[in-house]
Amino acid sequence: MAEYQNIFTQVQVQGAPEWGMDDTGGRLMEERAGTPRFSTLIGWLGNAQLGPINLGMLGVVSLASGFLWFFIVGLNMLAQVGWSIPEFLRQLFWLALEPPGPEYGLSMPPLNDGGWYVISSFFLLVAVLAWWARSYQLAASHKMGKHVFWAFGSAIWLFLVLGLFRPILMGSWSEAVPYGIFPHLDWTTAFSIRYGNLYYNPFHCLSIVFLYGSVLLFAMHGGTILAVTRYGGDRELEQIVDRGTASERAALFWRWTMGFNATMEGIHRWAWWFAVLTPVTGGIGILLTGTVVDNWFIWAQEHNFAPLYDGSYGYEAYGSYEAFIGQGGE
Amino acid sequence: MFPRWFDKWNRENPRDIYGPAIAIGVVGGAVFAATMLVAFGQPYATDSLQTGPRGTGMSVPEFEADLAKPDPGIAGFLATTSAPVIPQGGEEAARTARENVPPGLEDLTVENYDRLLAAMRAWTGIPDLFENPDSYQTAVGHTMIAMTRTINEEWAGHVNANKQVGVTCYTCHRGQPVPSDIWFRISPVNESAEGWSANQNRVTVQSQFTSLPSDALEKYLLDGETIGVHDLESRVAGVPGQDGYPGIQQAERTYSLMNYVSNSLGVNCVFCHNSRAFYDGAQVTPQWATESLGIQMVLALNNDWLVPLEGLLPENRLGPVHADAPKAACKTCHKGYQQPLQGTNVIADWPELATAGTPDYGN
Repeated sequence: MAEYQNIFTQVQVQGAPEWGMDDTGGRLMEERAGTPRFSTLIGWLGNAQLGPINLGMLGVVSLASGFLWFFIVGLNMLAQVGWSIPEFLRQLFWLALEPPGPEYGLSMPPLNDGGWYVISSFFLLVAVLAWWARSYQLAASHKMGKHVFWAFGSAIWLFLVLGLFRPILMGSWSEAVPYGIFPHLDWTTAFSIRYGNLYYNPFHCLSIVFLYGSVLLFAMHGGTILAVTRYGGDRELEQIVDRGTASERAALFWRWTMGFNATMEGIHRWAWWFAVLTPVTGGIGILLTGTVVDNWFIWAQEHNFAPLYDGSYGYEAYGSYEAFIGQGGE
Repeated sequence: MFPRWFDKWNRENPRDIYGPAIAIGVVGGAVFAATMLVAFGQPYATDSLQTGPRGTGMSVPEFEADLAKPDPGIAGFLATTSAPVIPQGGEEAARTARENVPPGLEDLTVENYDRLLAAMRAWTGIPDLFENPDSYQTAVGHTMIAMTRTINEEWAGHVNANKQVGVTCYTCHRGQPVPSDIWFRISPVNESAEGWSANQNRVTVQSQFTSLPSDALEKYLLDGETIGVHDLESRVAGVPGQDGYPGIQQAERTYSLMNYVSNSLGVNCVFCHNSRAFYDGAQVTPQWATESLGIQMVLALNNDWLVPLEGLLPENRLGPVHADAPKAACKTCHKGYQQPLQGTNVIADWPELATAGTPDYGN
């Protein structure tokens, strides 16, 4: 067996903990919390060092607000099963905190009929936006670009469309997504069916293109870099600055495979844009649903891209029930 | 544990045995699996019933092993049915020859009345049915005979949609005093919640164990709410959930009902619908129309015949939550088959149950 074989990371470095820089106004060090330690287990998945964490004021606000949302949802679920812990555990994946019914519009409903949902949603909004701001703050303090911030923003765009922008445009909180494991999946299906099949929504199509494209690009890039790791290809930054044989081989592989290859820098822009455009286009598609288009299948027929099929409907045209169940002679 | 020479030989002759062992194991396992498949055949072979144009994926799949087994209820029915005794004129009527004859059966010939009574007792699993005029079972039985005749007479569009099959007591009862797959009202299912939050997200039989609403049968098969999910134009003026425009809530409730129908008939969505446009009347199968009639039939059965039983039934026969009368729906008859008893004609032997009028013995 190979010496350093593990799940993802080939070599674990465990030594004196790395504290990071403290070069921007001296605030970074004082906001770093927790004693760093090492874990072989997490070392299998990534860097073996755990902590310290720079939570900051925004991080504290985000966690506090997020836990409020979490506990409001959980306690509502628990109340729904009569405060029975066994029932709560048994039905956990079925339970949900539901938005109010359409009769309440955008008004504040009673607490037990969607009111808790509206309140908890406010805290979820604060938590997500504070975490988003934190990703900007941390990038700024490291004098980094804000690419992660904008990428997270694209996911937040879809989240806001689903839970805030679209319900307001529709004039009803009942259009929002329930907080529950299976119930939010039921909502997704019902939403698609209610608005005449979301597969015929062109922005949904685009979102799927970018989602599957992201998966493909991720697999191609990960595979390529792992394949040239033996030539130092996993040190991507060095390869970008001073192109070596790893980059050359990776580029040649793809050029000879399909005539075109990305560059060591550009592949990361491909990946970033594909990932970001997935929720951006998806959010546009959701925002248009019910506000601009109420039945996507009919819309697709009107725009001539829902094909018609020749042939009969009903099994009578293709066989008989009696033959199917093996009752001969009828 | 091994002799010393063996350990020494191993030490001096290191050899990677894991590589070959894994290779032989994988290849050997594959050869074994392939041999078994060739020798014994595919154990999970499926067959499918095409229900729509090629390219739409419309088909109902079934395991061949399941298709090979007929509904065990068929044998149960054949063991309890008997050919009618065709009256030649001059027979004694049941009203004079027998006591406690249920209303509507008094004019049967005594031979056919005895035959029918024996069958009804076998079908319902009540050996002394109609013996005691004070029993609640007698009163309920009178209603049920009338209901069976009504189904056969007025709902032939659903019941005999494919061919003459009809219904008897056995179609639902299958030898049990209380038929299987009846249902009761259970909504609201959640405590400390009102409205839309209160009727869903629980593991219940009514929701088919999904988190979809548990009040779909109640709303659509008892209250008679309109089953409507879509807007029929690409853009409409109204707000979903208001002024008769369906909301996502109606879509979820309908989805719950449709899950129930699918499981009751052992079919999938595309037995009736082209799933790309569920609502489109130009893309549904003839079974969709049969099913729509079935929904109307169930509505009528529940409201006209079964809900009124509430006053007759003892407490232990009423619903656990609302003490309501037991109600019927698709599965009460279908029991998981596209056609109850897989399309067995149960009415041919029983002209007495086919009509409220004079039975047609074909003479």
